[in-house]
Order: sequence, then C-alpha cells, then structure tokens
Amino acid sequence: MTTRAWLLADSPTSRWQANAGRAYRVFTALLRNPLSVLGGVIILVLLLTALFAPWIAPFSPTGQNLSQRLLPPSGVNWMGTDELGRDIFSRVVWGSQITLTIVLMVALISAPLGLLIGAISGYFGGWVDKILMGFTDIFLSLPKLILALAFVAALGPGINNAIIAIAITSWPAYARIARAETLTIRNAEYISAVQLAGGGPIRVIVQHILPLCTSSMIVRVTLDMAGVILTAAGLGFIGLGAQPPLPEWGAMISRGRTFILDQWWVATMPGFAIIIVSLGFCFLGDGLRDVLDPKSEGKS
Amino acid sequence: MATDQSALPSPTPRNFASKRTKRRALAIGGFIVTLFLTFLGLLAITFFIGRVIPIDPVLAVVGDRATQAQYDAAKIAMGLDRPLYEQFFTYVVNVFSGDLGRSVSTGRAVADDLSRFFPATFEMATLGILIGVALGVPLGVTAASRQGSWLDQAIRVVGLLGYSVPAFWLGLVGLALFYARLRWVGGPGRLDIFFDGLVTPITGMILIDSLIQGEFEIFMNALWHIILPASVLGFFSLAYIARMTRSFMLDQLSQEFVTTARVKGVPERIVIWRHAFNPIRVPLITVIGLSYAGLLEGSVMIETVFSWPGIGNYLTTALLNADMNAVLGSTLVIGAVFIVINKVSDVLYRVLDPRAR
Repeated sequence: MTTRAWLLADSPTSRWQANAGRAYRVFTALLRNPLSVLGGVIILVLLLTALFAPWIAPFSPTGQNLSQRLLPPSGVNWMGTDELGRDIFSRVVWGSQITLTIVLMVALISAPLGLLIGAISGYFGGWVDKILMGFTDIFLSLPKLILALAFVAALGPGINNAIIAIAITSWPAYARIARAETLTIRNAEYISAVQLAGGGPIRVIVQHILPLCTSSMIVRVTLDMAGVILTAAGLGFIGLGAQPPLPEWGAMISRGRTFILDQWWVATMPGFAIIIVSLGFCFLGDGLRDVLDPKSEGKS
Repeated sequence: MATDQSALPSPTPRNFASKRTKRRALAIGGFIVTLFLTFLGLLAITFFIGRVIPIDPVLAVVGDRATQAQYDAAKIAMGLDRPLYEQFFTYVVNVFSGDLGRSVSTGRAVADDLSRFFPATFEMATLGILIGVALGVPLGVTAASRQGSWLDQAIRVVGLLGYSVPAFWLGLVGLALFYARLRWVGGPGRLDIFFDGLVTPITGMILIDSLIQGEFEIFMNALWHIILPASVLGFFSLAYIARMTRSFMLDQLSQEFVTTARVKGVPERIVIWRHAFNPIRVPLITVIGLSYAGLLEGSVMIETVFSWPGIGNYLTTALLNADMNAVLGSTLVIGAVFIVINKVSDVLYRVLDPRAR
C-alpha cells in the first residue's frame, strides 16, 4: 500500500489516518491554485528568514557605520544603507522576526478568545447570547485602527502593547464566525447524543463544537493577517509600535520619511517587505477559502 | 417569498397601511435604540481607555513634580474621588453636551479643535470615495464579465494590493514620484504657502470655499494639492469596491434570467449593465458606505504623511504628546461618524431592497 493510497483511503481505519488524509486533500487542492502556492512559498520564506536571520543577514542590524551612511543599493548593500550607515537588507531580514512575532501573538490571543466567546454565545443562546453579541457588535462597528491607536496611547508604546491593542480589536470578527457555526451545529443529533451521555456544556463546546469551527477560523485568520501586519506597521510608523533601534518595518519607513525625496530606498525597501508578506497571507488565505470554505467568497 | 404572501388573507388597504406605518415606526425606534447603545458602548470604551487603563490619570495631568496638595486638588477637579459609575455618568453627560475636555498641547477645547480640523478630513475622504467608486465599480463589472481572463486576474491582484500595501508607504512613494520627480502634483499641505489664509473659511473645505468666493487660482492650487492624497485614499476604496462588485456581479451573471436574456439575443452590454447590474446597486450602496467609513480611518495615516491639517493629523500629534483628551476626543468623533455611516448604510439597504424588508 503506497502512502498516497493510504492517505486517500475511503474508509480510514484510525482517526490519525482520517486527519492526515484530509490534510493531504486540502494540500493537493491548494497546489492546483498557482496564487496560493505563491502565497505558501512567501510565508515559508518568511518563516525561514525569521528563523535563520543571524545567518542570512550579511551585516549587523544595529551596527552603525557613519562613513557608510545613505549609500544607494549596490552589490554589497543590496537595499542600500540608512542614515546611520546600517545595512537596510540586514535590518529587513531581522525585522521579519518582529513581524512574525506580532502576527503569531495576535492570532494566538484573538482567535481562541473570539472562538470561545462565539461558541459560548451560540451554544447557550438567550440572554448570554444577547449580552455577548451586543458587546461584540459594538466592537465590530468601531474603526479598528483608531481603537488600536487609542489603546496603545493609554498602554504606552512598545511591541507588547501593540500586540495587546491589535488583539483586542480583532477578536470580534472571530466571535461572529464561531457563533454562526455553533448555531448550525448546536441542534445536531451527535451533540444531543453527547448531552444524553452526560456531557456538560464545557465538554460539548471544547470537544465537539470548537473543532468544527477551526476550518473557517483558519481561513479568516489567514486573511486577517495582512490587516494585522498593516496595523502593526502603522503603529510603528507613527512611533507607537516597536521602538528604535529595533528593525521594525513600519518604524524603518518612518525614519526614511526625511530622506524620501533624495534617498528613496531608505523608506521604500521595508515597504516592499510589508507588501510581499501581506500579499503572501492574502494569496494563501484566498486559496484556503476556496478549498475549505467556498461559500463565504466575497463576505470578508 | 411570493408564495408566503399569497397564502395570507389579503388585508384591506387601510389595515395594511396602518400595519406598515406601525412596523416602520418600530423599525425607526429600534434603529435609534441600537445607534444609542452602540454610541454608549463607544463611550464606555473611550472612558475605559482614558480613566481605567492609565494607572494614575492624575499623575498624567499634573506631572510627577507636583506637591501632594496640587495632586489632591487636581484629583478632585477631575472628579476622580467619586465612584467609577458616577464618573462615567458625568463623562457621558459632558460628551453629549459637547464638552470633550481641553487639549494639553493646543490649549483649546478639544471639541473646537475637532470642528476646525474635520472639514479637511471630510474633503479628502469624499474626493477619495468619488475616485474609488468611479474606478472601482467599472473595474469590478469588467472583471466579472470576463471571469478568468488575464484582465480579471490583474484586477484581482489590484484588489489584493488594497489589503497589503501600507497606506503611509503608498503616500510616501507617491510624493517621491509624482511630486519630487515628475512635478505633476503639489506637495504636502492643502495649499501653496503663499495662498495660505487668502480664503475665508465658510465650509472649511477649500475647494468649495474658493469656488464660492470666485478664487479660481486658489481652487486650482487646492486641487493640485488634494489630488494625490485623495487618489491614494481612493485606491484603497477602489480595491475593496472592485472586489465586492466582481463578487456580486458573478452571482447575478450565473442566474437564469441572465441566460434567458442572452438566449433572447439581448446585446451583451445591456445584459451586463441592465439585467445584471441593476439588482446589485443596493448591496453596492452598503459596500460604498462601509468603504467611506473606512476612508475616514485610513486618512489618519495619509494625513500624517501629507501634513494634511485634518483630524488624523491632530490625532497622531496628540498621540505623540500623550494628550489623552485630544486622543479620546478624536477617537470618539471618528468612531461616531463610523458608526453612523455603518448603521445608515445598513438601514438604506433595507429601505431600498424590497427583499430585505
């Protein structure tokens, strides 16, 4: 029996085989869409760059060399140097760690939070639902970026506070999705079976409802990552995100503002990094949606 | 839907009209209540940010060199010795009476500052949405009518770029290219420096004020300055509008009445722009409303880049000076406008689309 036949078996003999088979099917479906392959490759490159930054970057991200300041892109400094003579390419490479940290932390905080609130709201219904969804709707109807700005203003600048502020503003969308999914499966027979067997609400929600919400959540989280990157870069640009000398991409663009008319590369290069990574998440998210959740096209 | 209606006993016209009025009154009442509750929620959030998160709001005002007496006086003056719910009530009453506190950096009342800065933001966002609609809708329709073609792919990538290009970066690159290199547009600010102060503000929107006063040269100069920031903003609404238009159009084009029209030999142009486009006008209004509200938010970044004297610029300046009254005031105003546009486009959708009533 080949691995492929094992993965595509119509009657899997173990849970592990069923899960692996499903993952394999999603993966092959993704491979058929060139844009999602491109997106996947971009994310992979981002991961590798962040992991191996010390070996990839040719220069130190913070080492200053004033005799080398504001050099245009060349064979040595691929993206030129900034006003303190630091190699921009090395800074962009190191900056990938910051971007990846922010993206992962926001996803790890806001997705489970939204998932839990939505599932509780949908499962219990009644006044619990009314209160939780009223709260969610208020957050949803407020502008995300402005809210994040106000939160950071109160919490103080810095990466951690930026992560908290962005997470606070992004959970409501997940709560909405989780609630909608929960409502469609709440009255399913297998849920009644678990309840009859004595399963309490926590068991039903955590073991039987949440796993079914994951595929639509993965799609939504991937699509939202571009927005998270842009918001984080925006906070950095205004001066409220990562603080110097950290090589955060938004903050780097902000420093290059002064030189935009003559030394265009200082501000432009980190911008390309932001665009490529955000596009990668968009492509991958679009592809994942077509495979996992085809009905929600256009609703994002 | 039609079968539901016919199954009901047909009401007498008068009875029907009074029922409809009643239902409409209920809907309007419900709308006002949700609007009020959402606004109260916004106030709760800004109150929370301003009074609860900072460990000591008094210290933030008086500074750490203040004596104990000064500190206590400030605490009582700010009402911080009273319980939290009472503070919140005072805050709500103040906001509804137009008192947003005083800005530490400008020394004026925040409400006055905001009303002075709002027209500049409004002017730019409005021009931005006009550009977005004028280009985004045709692009979306074209993409849908040639689904799968290279044109469709190109429009799709433009749409995704709208989600992945930082607004401030696009503004900077635009300045470097179109202002510094090509000299096609004016630089930062609303007017060239020698035109400053020559128009008396009536609406606060220079394009309109200069036209009213017949200052054609100033009008051209203002247009010269606003065109780049408005286009950058417009690009983001264009991306969103084109994407949504495409998706709505694809829904319509796959319907049977479109096939019927094509079979009958109706010209393709009419099939697309009359049969398929007419039904999507209503959902498009919601999309345009949402993206207009989004532009108010996006203008925060753009204004910073273009030194545009609007609310966004005011907000970022206040953020850097830790001027919390100004930050919360701007958040409140932008949030309120956002909420109103959101809810109104929602209601408009229900009023205009008979299926959603």
